[in-house]
Amino acid sequence: MNRVRLVALAVLLAFAAPLAAPPGAPAQSAPIKIGFLAPLTGPFAQIGKDMVNGNQLYLAEIGGQVAGRKIEVIVEDDEGNPATALNKSRKLVDQDKVAILTGGMLANVGYALQPYIDAQKIPSTFPVIAADDLTQRKPAKWIVRTGWATSQPMHPFGEWTLKNTKFKKIAAIGMDYAFGYEIIGGFQQVFEEGGGQIVQRIWAPLNTNDFAPFLAQIRRDADAVLALFTGRLALQFLKQYQEAGLKDKLPLLGGGTLTDETVLPQMGDEAIGVVTALHYSQALDNATNVKFNKAFEASAGKIASYYSEATYTNARWIVEAIKAAGGKVEDRDAMLAALRRVDLKETARGPLRVDDFGNPIQNIYIRKVERVGGKLQNTVIATYPAVSQFWKYKPDEYMKRPLYSRDYPPCKYCQ
Amino acid sequence: MRLGVPGSRRAIILGVAALAVAAVIAPALPSYPLTLLTQVAIMAVLAMSLDLLLGYTGLASLGHAAYFGTAAYAVGILSTERQAGFVTCLVAGVVLATITAALFGLIAIRATGQYFLMITLALGMVVWGLAFRWVSLTKGDNGIAGVPRPELPLPWSLSAPLPFFYFALVAAALAWAALGTLARSPFGLTLKGIRESETRMRALGYDVWLHKYLAFVIAGGFAGFAGVLWAWYNGFVSPVDVQLVTSVETLLMVALGGPGTLAGPALGAAAIVFLKNFVSVYTKRWLLILGAVYIGVILFAPRGILGALRSPNR
Repeated sequence: MNRVRLVALAVLLAFAAPLAAPPGAPAQSAPIKIGFLAPLTGPFAQIGKDMVNGNQLYLAEIGGQVAGRKIEVIVEDDEGNPATALNKSRKLVDQDKVAILTGGMLANVGYALQPYIDAQKIPSTFPVIAADDLTQRKPAKWIVRTGWATSQPMHPFGEWTLKNTKFKKIAAIGMDYAFGYEIIGGFQQVFEEGGGQIVQRIWAPLNTNDFAPFLAQIRRDADAVLALFTGRLALQFLKQYQEAGLKDKLPLLGGGTLTDETVLPQMGDEAIGVVTALHYSQALDNATNVKFNKAFEASAGKIASYYSEATYTNARWIVEAIKAAGGKVEDRDAMLAALRRVDLKETARGPLRVDDFGNPIQNIYIRKVERVGGKLQNTVIATYPAVSQFWKYKPDEYMKRPLYSRDYPPCKYCQ
Repeated sequence: MRLGVPGSRRAIILGVAALAVAAVIAPALPSYPLTLLTQVAIMAVLAMSLDLLLGYTGLASLGHAAYFGTAAYAVGILSTERQAGFVTCLVAGVVLATITAALFGLIAIRATGQYFLMITLALGMVVWGLAFRWVSLTKGDNGIAGVPRPELPLPWSLSAPLPFFYFALVAAALAWAALGTLARSPFGLTLKGIRESETRMRALGYDVWLHKYLAFVIAGGFAGFAGVLWAWYNGFVSPVDVQLVTSVETLLMVALGGPGTLAGPALGAAAIVFLKNFVSVYTKRWLLILGAVYIGVILFAPRGILGALRSPNR
């Protein structure tokens, strides 16, 4: 039985050993440390990998240094879990003494980190987390969003649909959580103000395995369907939508993630013709994007997605801010101010600047899935330049309305 | 009160020593390891509460996060919407968790074995579903952020890591003492009897159902206590706190540390918290290592780490 005790003791010691490890000490001219959170295990691991790759690609392009100081990125796995993300942030801030915190993917991670970041006063950026209220009704002082607000692409999409299609009655189906509500809600707000009607709102649980019962509910007298799914659900929804014979009867519109480039390469003809809106398309034809795409494919071995573009541009954003602050990242107030002043004329997704609430004003692209050279792509068919998260509304009036939710905007035309 | 078997005295000495060491080295620790130790203290309460069910009564519950999460949500909602203070949050959290356990116990206790496992799993999913879908109350998937730590009439503010660590440590020590007393009381010995042979205990005239039910409710109450601490510690409550993974992880803490020892599950909690947070810093394959440790413990120490340290002839 001694062996058993030995093993148990060894296990115990293994746990105790890391406690004794000395914490890293920061020095003034030492490397600039950037803490980077991404889901590297669990269902979002692939997206997390895209995020890490995009970030690394940009830093490699500039030789890994700025303003005479080396940049050291410390990547931590947040598992897509808010409690883990908090733990890892504490580690990055307290132990690694990072100067800037960035990354994260899920809305609940963003909401969990916000009070911590504001309490610690760590200049931070969110390249992917899109939950509307992080830069609206509950703006975080120390977080600059370099990505997008969920409803931001959907307001112009509502207007585009009114002006460019004959769709008057649209049935909506989305994932049953905040991201789904904000996507559908943003579209509905503008679409109904312009005279359109959302005649149905169906919410499918995140763990849906079979869309048949939901597809059966969709009103056949609608002019079109607006759908929002991500990842596996997007793949499955489009496939079943075609199998149910709906594709030829009811044209499909969608939130950007329905056909984003993390799922598009695995789709077939069922995706062709789907129109979506997002602040990026891998098929964007500008010099920066073409160069980024080439470099990303060469280094990561797969096509770029909005996630990798987000962290690529986010890295550039941070580097520009460090340059503007003269490399003095230790002056946190100055660093935050620099992050908020960044104004990029040309990025892979077009020009970028920040509004007063910390969200980018950027182009929104209406994209249609086409097969070009044998591969599916999101061809840009319309561009709305310099769109604010508040669309054409005044920020204070916009924020007087409730956050888009399961009950808002109310479904006036539902039966 | 009867004294426990020598092995459990050893566990007590080990536990007291661990508490003392933690209390002494805490001021010397940088704040990150300190927050992890705080987390260990809170998770230890949760694991010990489950141990009352799994280790002493022989009931493996897969829904223990439900009571933990109910209490965390109570604190989250009360302190952000009603600015409730220390006592209100603590009492409301523990009482709500206890009531939830009392209701669920009525449904679950009639079953045994895998059926008990399945029913507790289903009931846990009900609470998760409520947390996820009752958006007007729980804010759904986004979770409740900005939960303040309580203000106590103490010279130190609990918002700093060190005072909060001592607060959590004292709370864990109290929970351990209470559960330990309970486990060695005639009530606790009856539970052990039920674990060994339910039919024999019934033949001896014990009300088996009532004992199991009470154990279930008490375990739920202590899980709620851990949930209250957790909400204060993280300042954030989300459906993740009530999901199945949290329940399973708690079960693993108990199994890893040694069921039926109280100190063992606390040790298991420490092991899992540190493994998760330290190994994942060094390698992306940390889940592989965690899995290897689980398998290793099952192969070489089937009664958990503490079970292996204790005298093997039982």
